[in-house]
Amino acid sequence: MGGNSEKTINVTLKVWRQRNANEKGKFENYEMKGVSTDMSFLEMFDVLNDRLITEGKDPIAFDHDCREGICGMCSMYINGQPHGPKQGVTTCQLHMRSFSDGDSIIVEPWRSAAFPVIKDLAVNRSAFDRIISAGGFISVNTGNAKDANNILIPKDAADKAFEAAACIGCGACVAACKNGSAMLFVSAKVSQLALLPQGQVEKQDRVLNMVKHMDEEGFGNCTNTGACEAECPKGISLENIARMNREYLGASFTQNK
Amino acid sequence: MGLTGLFLVSFLVVHVGINACIFFNDNGETFNAAAHFMATNPIIRIMEIGLFLGLLLHVFQALTLTLENKKARPIAYAIVKGSANSSWYSRSMGILGSLLLLFLVVHLGNFWIGTKMAQFNGTINEHNTFDELREVFSKWYFVIIYLIGVFSLMYHLLHGFQSAFQTLGVNHKKYTPAIKKVGIWFSVIVCLLFAAMPITMFLGIIK
Amino acid sequence: MATSPKLDSKIPEGVLEQKWTKYRSTMPLINPANKRNLEVIVVGSGLAGASAAATLAELGYSVKVFCFQDSPRRAHSIAAQGGINASKNYQNDGDSIYRLFYETVKGGDYRAREANVHRLSEVSGNIIDQCVAQGVPFAREYGGLLSNRSFGGTQVQRTFYAAGQTGQQLLLGAYSALQRQVGMGKVSLYTRHEMLDIVNIEGKCRGIIARNLISGKLERYFGHAVLLCTGGYGNVFFLSTNAMGSNVTAAWKAHKRGAFFGNPCYTQIHPTCIPVSGEHQSKLTLMSESLRNDGRIWVPKRKEDAEAIRAGKLSPNSLKEDDRDYYLERRYPAFGNLVPRDVASRAAKERCDAGFGVNKTGQAVYLDFSYNMKFKYGKVEATIQGIENPSEKQLEDLGRAVIKEKYGNLFDMYEQITGVNPYQNPMQIYPAVHYTMGGLWVDYNLMTTVPGLYALGEANFSDHGANRLGASALMQGLADGYFVIPYTVGVYLSGEIRTKPIPTTHEAFEKAEQEVKARIEKLFAVNGTKPVDYFHRHLGKVMWEKCGMARNAADLKSAITDIQKIREEFWKDVRVTGKADEFNPELEKAGRVADFLELGELMCIDALHRNESCGGHFREEFQTEEGEAKRDDDNFTYVAAWEMKDVSNWELHKEELKYENIKIAQRSYK
Repeated sequence: MGGNSEKTINVTLKVWRQRNANEKGKFENYEMKGVSTDMSFLEMFDVLNDRLITEGKDPIAFDHDCREGICGMCSMYINGQPHGPKQGVTTCQLHMRSFSDGDSIIVEPWRSAAFPVIKDLAVNRSAFDRIISAGGFISVNTGNAKDANNILIPKDAADKAFEAAACIGCGACVAACKNGSAMLFVSAKVSQLALLPQGQVEKQDRVLNMVKHMDEEGFGNCTNTGACEAECPKGISLENIARMNREYLGASFTQNK
Repeated sequence: MGLTGLFLVSFLVVHVGINACIFFNDNGETFNAAAHFMATNPIIRIMEIGLFLGLLLHVFQALTLTLENKKARPIAYAIVKGSANSSWYSRSMGILGSLLLLFLVVHLGNFWIGTKMAQFNGTINEHNTFDELREVFSKWYFVIIYLIGVFSLMYHLLHGFQSAFQTLGVNHKKYTPAIKKVGIWFSVIVCLLFAAMPITMFLGIIK
Repeated sequence: MATSPKLDSKIPEGVLEQKWTKYRSTMPLINPANKRNLEVIVVGSGLAGASAAATLAELGYSVKVFCFQDSPRRAHSIAAQGGINASKNYQNDGDSIYRLFYETVKGGDYRAREANVHRLSEVSGNIIDQCVAQGVPFAREYGGLLSNRSFGGTQVQRTFYAAGQTGQQLLLGAYSALQRQVGMGKVSLYTRHEMLDIVNIEGKCRGIIARNLISGKLERYFGHAVLLCTGGYGNVFFLSTNAMGSNVTAAWKAHKRGAFFGNPCYTQIHPTCIPVSGEHQSKLTLMSESLRNDGRIWVPKRKEDAEAIRAGKLSPNSLKEDDRDYYLERRYPAFGNLVPRDVASRAAKERCDAGFGVNKTGQAVYLDFSYNMKFKYGKVEATIQGIENPSEKQLEDLGRAVIKEKYGNLFDMYEQITGVNPYQNPMQIYPAVHYTMGGLWVDYNLMTTVPGLYALGEANFSDHGANRLGASALMQGLADGYFVIPYTVGVYLSGEIRTKPIPTTHEAFEKAEQEVKARIEKLFAVNGTKPVDYFHRHLGKVMWEKCGMARNAADLKSAITDIQKIREEFWKDVRVTGKADEFNPELEKAGRVADFLELGELMCIDALHRNESCGGHFREEFQTEEGEAKRDDDNFTYVAAWEMKDVSNWELHKEELKYENIKIAQRSYK
């Protein structure tokens, strides 16, 4: 079934090809004929790759896994926007009905010093994991917890924490930001834990350590253009960045270490 | 950036206030009185140093920020569709700021140097800033330069005003929409007032 | 029947309710200084892997974690939508450890181990406590207490959830606990590494061979124990709700090195997935079971209407209430739309096979929210807002807002994928492969038949019997990782404190690496004409048609020969591009599909030998007059654990299932 309109279109793909981190890359063109508009963007790449393999050429490497918009693995910069032209979706959820016949589509990897290219469109995002290791947690060993309902959390706070926690760590915020800043990602985790009573004990160390580590990884600075929020497939709000700034300023001034 | 920015904004309020004195259209009497006060009051003189330090800090911050940000993306995208996710002026704060800085050089050359000379020469009491204005704004190219400067300021402020609050951690369901509105009105009104001076004087509306 | 001497389930003696507590309190301990010298390898970083790795590191073991994705947070547990069960009885609706235990055993169609399931039920509450302490933002009521909802196969509200992203939130909780240990240097993390073999030395598992997916290099790692937390094998069907990378390779390599495979044919077909749209389809997307709380499932009563709908001549909205067949409510009045997954899936297939399907392929039924939108939520909202005699339009608008808040992200996802607005039109759904109850056979300690090799979470066969209830997978993954393995691994490791780390230059490592290398070279050497996906699709089609929702002996026999043929063709005609020593996703895929091509055969053999219907395993020859699954308890109350002898050659071992606390009965949801 899918869309009731069964249509096919022709598009031209211009894809970044780069053998590995050390070699230089360049764009290559691929003509795609008769693409069903019910197809997802990545399924079109599957078709292209099968074609390349049959022709004895190197298929295009790209990251993807769950293909339902939650794992955060897919990461294509499509026609000047991370995850393509549609708001609120990841690359894997983008469907060809968002394009028109005759379109030319430029596909690039995330571009950031902190996300080096591995091959073609796949980049290394382990910087995000290291930032989480610097403080994106509540220090509670297994077995230490008291009964869950002993902690009352106002619904508003829980909902807000959840909205921040919905981040999938895809890196679109970094890719979209003209400064390559990771503030939205970091602030989402800081916010989630700052909003909950469980997160209060470590909140000062958390924000200071995470921000410090973020800077060390080579991400850029936030100039509040709001591009990250607009391109975030999960709608993570700029409010989180303000909250992190607040936490950071507060912690910087009051921490006595 | 936010803190120094807001500090500079506070100066704009004073500046635009004094500028507005010309609209008494009293041959610059009120204006000159205000200008004279600013040039001679010792507290203002100390604050002037603070202002310069604030400006220098703002520029220095901007430069470090820009350099760091450039490093964060060593390979540029082939195509960026910025219009899809942000306003052009929020992405052009560096260019707008640089234009402003260039304008400031001209601006200070036009007026501030004259006043300073007068201060050192001890002729500050005879110094007539309003006459200087008349002279500068009789030349069309100065008017154009000033208009460019003022419009750069307006767009710089349109982003900068509300952005400063975000940087300082103020983002609130209740207050942020109000801050944003105030920011827009402030940028537009202040800049229109600034722009009104060269235009009205060039056209001879203010004499 | 007698249990095979090769299978010792190690279930502790004693009363069911005290087995775990007593066992836990009497098992040998290891002092902290010794723990530091014991190395544990964890393969996979989903709920089971991440929680196990974090907890073991907290206890003081030296842990290494491997995952093929670029970050542990990407593991497919992240995609679980609906929720996690726990017998907290917060809703005061009669829940208890026993009830959760009972319903899980019943839901599994009496093919799970009592002791394991009871332990699962006992620790379920601790999981919620632990997750809340970690900052997992579960849904809450206005008073600040945790909120619950109901799920299929149960009549109490015991499911904890975080909108439609519960798996994500739980995994991120476990992931942050893991990253904390990484930051403290207690866990070494190896992302973009794929385990390609285990290394056994003197009958014990002592390490793994992994391929660094970026450099392509083969690497050797030693561990006193190895934990496989590598998920299920639903991707053997090609189209499933699993992630593209989900695979059986780790479990299969272990199987080939002596770990028995339990109940491989038990597959869960999830009733509410978005139907297949075309040949290009790469995967299927689940619509959470929680939607069945408010969505009513139906097809047209008359075949002419179904045909008209399929032809696009009739809109479902214009079909009158009396012309709709709410077949689940009709057949199962007690549970209605909330019958367990296997039952709901089969009922959908039955209607579609009878010609009542509603999309152009005839393979879809409706999941319709309009009734509850108007009359359940709309009415309540109207009362709250004091609207008297609201019009139907008003009710719909009011109800839509409630539905939007509850399921907004799922509705958006549906529209994104299908291009159809589900607020205006009923959703179209069809069953799809979702979960595999089968997996590596493990004893009560979660150890496989290879000493020192463990399997946790979906990778093992243990807790769900022949059918898993909704919201139980998350529960099992975290139970295994947080609360079971940290104890049970000690039983084995306490005997290993004198074992010094074995250098990876040992001949067993050398030999295993050579074998892995040879297999990779063999894949390249074929140099055929067809891409890997060609074979995978082909295999998936055979599996779905002949070993899917309904199976019969003739089909299964032909499936076995089909699969053997595809496998033969694969090794003659597959083309793997690129090189071994580089980032090469095609090579990764080829290795995984090669393993699926062996597993598929075993699944069919298992399905063929089990001459009964139970849970997700429905044999057409064995059904009641009403078309329900008909078990054969006299002959099949056992776990089928398969030992691989050679290519296409397995030996069956049976572990008898003893029900001492639950009376086995015909499962009924009527």
